[in-house]
Amino acid sequence: MSDATATSKTTAPKTTAPKTTRQRAKGRPGMNKHGMRINPGTTRRVIGYMMHYRWRLALVALCIIVSAAAQAGASLFLQRLIDDYILPMIGAADPNWAPLLRALTLMAALYLSGIVCTYVYSRLLITVEQGTLKTIRDDMFGHMQKLPLRYFDSTPHGDIMSRYTNDADTLRQAISQSLPQMFNSLISSLAALIAMMVLSLPLTGIVVVFSVALFAFVRVLTTRSGRFFGEQQHELADVNAFVEESISGQKVIKVFTHEAATQKDFDKRNASLYEATRNANYYGNILMPIVNNMGYLLYVLLAVVGAALAIGGAGNVSLTGAGAYTTGTIVSFLTLSRSFVNPLGEVSQQMTSVLMALAGASRIFELLDEKPEVNDGRVTIVNASVLDDGTIREADHRTDQWAWKVPAGVRVRADIARMSPVGAGDGGTGAGDGGKIVDTANADRTQSAPAAKGTVVVTPAATLVRQRGDIRLNHVNFSYEPGHEVLHDITLFAKPGQKVALVGATGAGKTTITNLINRFYDIDDGEILYDGINVKDMDKTDLRRSLGIVLQDVNLFTGTVMDNIRYGNLEASDEDCIRAAKLANADGFIRMLPHGYRTRISGSGDGLSQGQRQLISIARAAVADPPAMILDEATSSIDTRTEEIVQSGMDALMEGRTVFVIAHRLSTVRNADVIMVMDHGRIIERGNHDELIAQRGQYYQLYTGAFELE
Amino acid sequence: MVRHSDDTQRTAPDGGPNPADPADPAAATPATPAAATPATAATTKKSYKVNTPLGDDGEPLDAEALQEYTRDQGHKGDYRLIGRSMREYRKHAILAPAYVVGEAIVEILIPTFMAYLLDQGITAGNMARVWQWGAVLVACAIVSLVCGFASGREAAIAAAGFSKNLRHDLFEKAQGFSFTNIDHFSTGSLITRLTTDVTNVQMAFQMTIRTVFRAPVLAVCAWIFAFRISHSISVVFLAVIPVLLVALIVIAGSVHPIFVRVFHLYDVLNNNVEENLAGIRVVKSFDREEHEDSKFMRISQRIYDGFCKAESRLALNPPAMLLCEYTLMIAIAWMGAKQIVASGNDAALGLTTGDLTSLVAYAMELLMSLMMISMVYVMVIISRASVARICAVLREEPTMTVPADAATDVKDGSVEFSHVTFRYEETSEEPVLDDVSLSVPSGSTLGIVGGTGSAKSSLVQLIPRLYDVSSGFVRVGGHDVRDYDLDALRNNVGMVLQKNTLFSGTIAENLRWGNPNATDEEVRHAAELAQADEFVQGFPDKYNTMIEQGGTNVSGGQRQRLCIARVLLKKPKVLILDDSTSAVDTKTDAKIREAFAHEIPGTTTIIIAQRISSVQDADQIIVMDRGRIVARGTHDELLRSCEDYRQIWQSQTKSMAQPQAAGATAADATTTEGGADHE
Repeated sequence: MSDATATSKTTAPKTTAPKTTRQRAKGRPGMNKHGMRINPGTTRRVIGYMMHYRWRLALVALCIIVSAAAQAGASLFLQRLIDDYILPMIGAADPNWAPLLRALTLMAALYLSGIVCTYVYSRLLITVEQGTLKTIRDDMFGHMQKLPLRYFDSTPHGDIMSRYTNDADTLRQAISQSLPQMFNSLISSLAALIAMMVLSLPLTGIVVVFSVALFAFVRVLTTRSGRFFGEQQHELADVNAFVEESISGQKVIKVFTHEAATQKDFDKRNASLYEATRNANYYGNILMPIVNNMGYLLYVLLAVVGAALAIGGAGNVSLTGAGAYTTGTIVSFLTLSRSFVNPLGEVSQQMTSVLMALAGASRIFELLDEKPEVNDGRVTIVNASVLDDGTIREADHRTDQWAWKVPAGVRVRADIARMSPVGAGDGGTGAGDGGKIVDTANADRTQSAPAAKGTVVVTPAATLVRQRGDIRLNHVNFSYEPGHEVLHDITLFAKPGQKVALVGATGAGKTTITNLINRFYDIDDGEILYDGINVKDMDKTDLRRSLGIVLQDVNLFTGTVMDNIRYGNLEASDEDCIRAAKLANADGFIRMLPHGYRTRISGSGDGLSQGQRQLISIARAAVADPPAMILDEATSSIDTRTEEIVQSGMDALMEGRTVFVIAHRLSTVRNADVIMVMDHGRIIERGNHDELIAQRGQYYQLYTGAFELE
Repeated sequence: MVRHSDDTQRTAPDGGPNPADPADPAAATPATPAAATPATAATTKKSYKVNTPLGDDGEPLDAEALQEYTRDQGHKGDYRLIGRSMREYRKHAILAPAYVVGEAIVEILIPTFMAYLLDQGITAGNMARVWQWGAVLVACAIVSLVCGFASGREAAIAAAGFSKNLRHDLFEKAQGFSFTNIDHFSTGSLITRLTTDVTNVQMAFQMTIRTVFRAPVLAVCAWIFAFRISHSISVVFLAVIPVLLVALIVIAGSVHPIFVRVFHLYDVLNNNVEENLAGIRVVKSFDREEHEDSKFMRISQRIYDGFCKAESRLALNPPAMLLCEYTLMIAIAWMGAKQIVASGNDAALGLTTGDLTSLVAYAMELLMSLMMISMVYVMVIISRASVARICAVLREEPTMTVPADAATDVKDGSVEFSHVTFRYEETSEEPVLDDVSLSVPSGSTLGIVGGTGSAKSSLVQLIPRLYDVSSGFVRVGGHDVRDYDLDALRNNVGMVLQKNTLFSGTIAENLRWGNPNATDEEVRHAAELAQADEFVQGFPDKYNTMIEQGGTNVSGGQRQRLCIARVLLKKPKVLILDDSTSAVDTKTDAKIREAFAHEIPGTTTIIIAQRISSVQDADQIIVMDRGRIVARGTHDELLRSCEDYRQIWQSQTKSMAQPQAAGATAADATTTEGGADHE
């Protein structure tokens, strides 16, 4: 299944490579029929989750059996009550009530145990049910965090959200009510079946054949019903997604007085949901009447056959031996057949919620089956200290210096990386201790020449490479969708401490490059090196932690302003956060908020202006204090004077660190060390401001484009 | 004048007391961050919404959350209110139980016929009787089956239809909400109310209509049969019922508030997931997956705890039922035995053993019905919290009202602000806009510049009446915006918001938001004006290219241009661009403005911009700072009169001083375009 899902997801990449076909069969892109039925194996997986509670479940089963026995005892008791206790007393002048009282006390005890067991299993089931639900929810969220960006870019958010609420909720009912009831009923049926076999095997044969036929029929219905339940959960998610999108975009809807049209769109989806719900419930509702009434047919059938046999004096075979059919046998058998069929009717009634739960679970497992981002990079980040002689040493405490810990067998560009073998310097002997410290890098190259193939060494043993923020792209090609290359042969390098600007028309591929450096997406060809190490060999989380990123669309999280700044570095103290806010020039307005840094903001941050949100997000990145940073239109909504202040703060912060800047405002990029002018996925010019102006190329035109307005 | 933003620091708490010092941990106990009355705090913007009533781990609720709770506690008449959404499905909701009653009656008759079949047929060895009663039973089964099918169908239609109408009504209501209304809830909460809560109601509703008559009919019949056999024992039947009812009511009462809380946590969970999805790039780039995980798990745990608590109380329900059932059984056995012994098992004298068997059967029947009722009851209890939550939305009064005789004709594009003061929240002390007066003649262009947070966006959002002024008035076409029909007003005031939003759908569909009836040619023309046609043509599917939710698959600049094209299709009398070309390069920006000047010359244009070059040709430019207009005039006037304006201008152009020298000739050659739209 995952294959089919994967292909459906790949149709919708981020950025300028749009989908090739209009897939709106159900008003929703990226969704195929797949999400609309109950996938095989779902039951097994749900049970797998419940098996965490196998001992509890065993106890639950035991308790259900006891309470079923108590219930069965109730009906059996009646017969013995009459035969053994009441009839002997009839006519007695002085009836002895003691035996009856004793029997009743005994029954009361049995009943009491039934009641206690019922309570115990109901209580136990809560833990099983809610625990299972919680595990599934938590697994789902945990797994979701590991999914590649592509998934988030191509799945409607409301659809994903629906899995946490609507789909997970379906399991609640099924586990807490339907399963125990079905188990209870099945036990009763089984007991009745055995009792029937004691009475007559041939007649039991008829019952079994009839039941099998009935269940074949029921299965057809449940399959159909299951499909509709799958559809229902799918449509529910569609409505969920639509509501989510319209409420988030409410301002635009109002500005365009699009309320009526939106309502119409909603009603269309709502109507599909109605249809699926109606069909699903219809098939669910008729199951019990079918099973029950077929039970009556069976009764009549058995009566006719039984009567014929009894009257005809045919021989009977039962578990207890052979004999003749007596009318008593037939009467008892017929009564038992009711005890057999009735619980089955109850089972079929519970099928509705079970099917719905399976439909919901199917969608949950679909999310869980999405392939997570592969993170097999073995190069990790460690605290390090650099000795005077340049030897790098791993530190066990925070040193504010970092090193890549490269295991043996990784290719490293020796001309870029500053390496020390792990353990060098441990004895305090310094660089000479077998440490080959390569520091031949940065023999001045000009950016305009593509980097020559450098010296590549394969690390013989674990090696430390100092983290400096040297980032290089060599001949990188990339496409979101196969066949639609959006970056062509990109070669660029940012030396530690350099500010590299990416300039170009919208859609030129600037943001795409940043998506590649932090491996939100993986490149098709070429290589990206960070400090001489291929980013593919790096642990993704460590790589990302080494790259600060500030995006144009700021996403804040519900919590205080302080929490939001601290998001960049959870260990940061309040003072650190405030310092970062000052640096980002956010301190001023934050102090104006009703509760200053303790002001709670909602995720959409509605109370803040776009510019203020950007300032907070810059503070958030500043507190993370990464060796390299990507600013993607990070200051676009900030007025130019504030930007200047922010810029100088940032420059101070990024002193000696590598920065990628994407901006339309050329004033923002003007003081960059290198400016890359991009067009249609290619770098068409590179150099610093003065060089580019002198070139009189695209940059010059852009620049004077601004200038012409004077 | 525009001040440096760091000025704000200096002048911060003029009137209000100093906000809690963030550096001092004691100043803000984490549990009550927003508990202080808003009035005491200097509010520069809309109140800061508290989404979760419980702190990170703390329990106390602040005022707003408490209000939310009382709102969701439910009111009298909730059921009548949602009942109004039944509409065309009322018929089905009545038919379903009617069929159920038919089914139930047949079901009561069947055991009697079965008994006849046994007694007259099999025990008597009479094959003809077996056939006869067999045929009757088959007929009964068919009738019951038909009724079962019909009731199943009607119930399905009624429940699905009811929930459809409920969702429709909720969505319609939410569409009419002002932003203040939406803030009362939250996006996540509105979504759960529209889906999860409605589903809860739907399931409870279906269960109810399928059992509301069936169970009582069965129970009453069972009791009547029992009564006919033994008056005294049938009275014992009745004795159980009040006991059971009391138990059920007590359980329900204690469980309801818990469910209200748990469902509220669902909202929190939903908001959390939504935020995580929206900010997934941030999560991943800061490597905060684990942090997010633990945040989620905390909420998840609280949902677990809440449900466990509620359900462990509901778990008292089945044993309570059984207790009654078994007590009844033993009572029947004891009383029955006494009566049989007394009568000597003679039907003429009183109770017989056969009667006792029947009594037990009826007792079982009665208790089965009660069991059914109690199951439905549990669902109704759970759904009661959902009903209350749905009703809270349906009851919410729109804060924005339109007069009955609203004007529908917007005469021209003149815009006038007169002593406008605006607060997002009435209780805020410091207004966002403070006594702003401004007049923009129809067809003229207004430029707005100002620092981050100077309330530029707040100002223009008053024009299409996204918010209402606190005092003063805003006039469009000579009338107060509050006198217009909202649709009429907004159809004539086009606005490109700072936070651009595109919707899932094709580019053409998105653009047609401006005008649903626009021809392909018109759509293309608008895109051309917005300088969007070129890149759209570059897509394989051109105008049929699918846009992902939020427009994530086009770049920021492309999105902005599509949004401009969308508003152009509307042909508004007033056009507002709220920093909507910030991601567009200057040249394209200039082309767009030029297109405006040529193509829609009579339109009043209001442009908020960071780049002075974007507004310098405007007839009038205002400079805003912290909610006030600090300077106004034309570009040239402001350069002369406003120090700050000049400084911004210089800071934006000084970088060009060098190239000016370097590329003087080229620059001269390209100045023609820019000058054209100065008139």
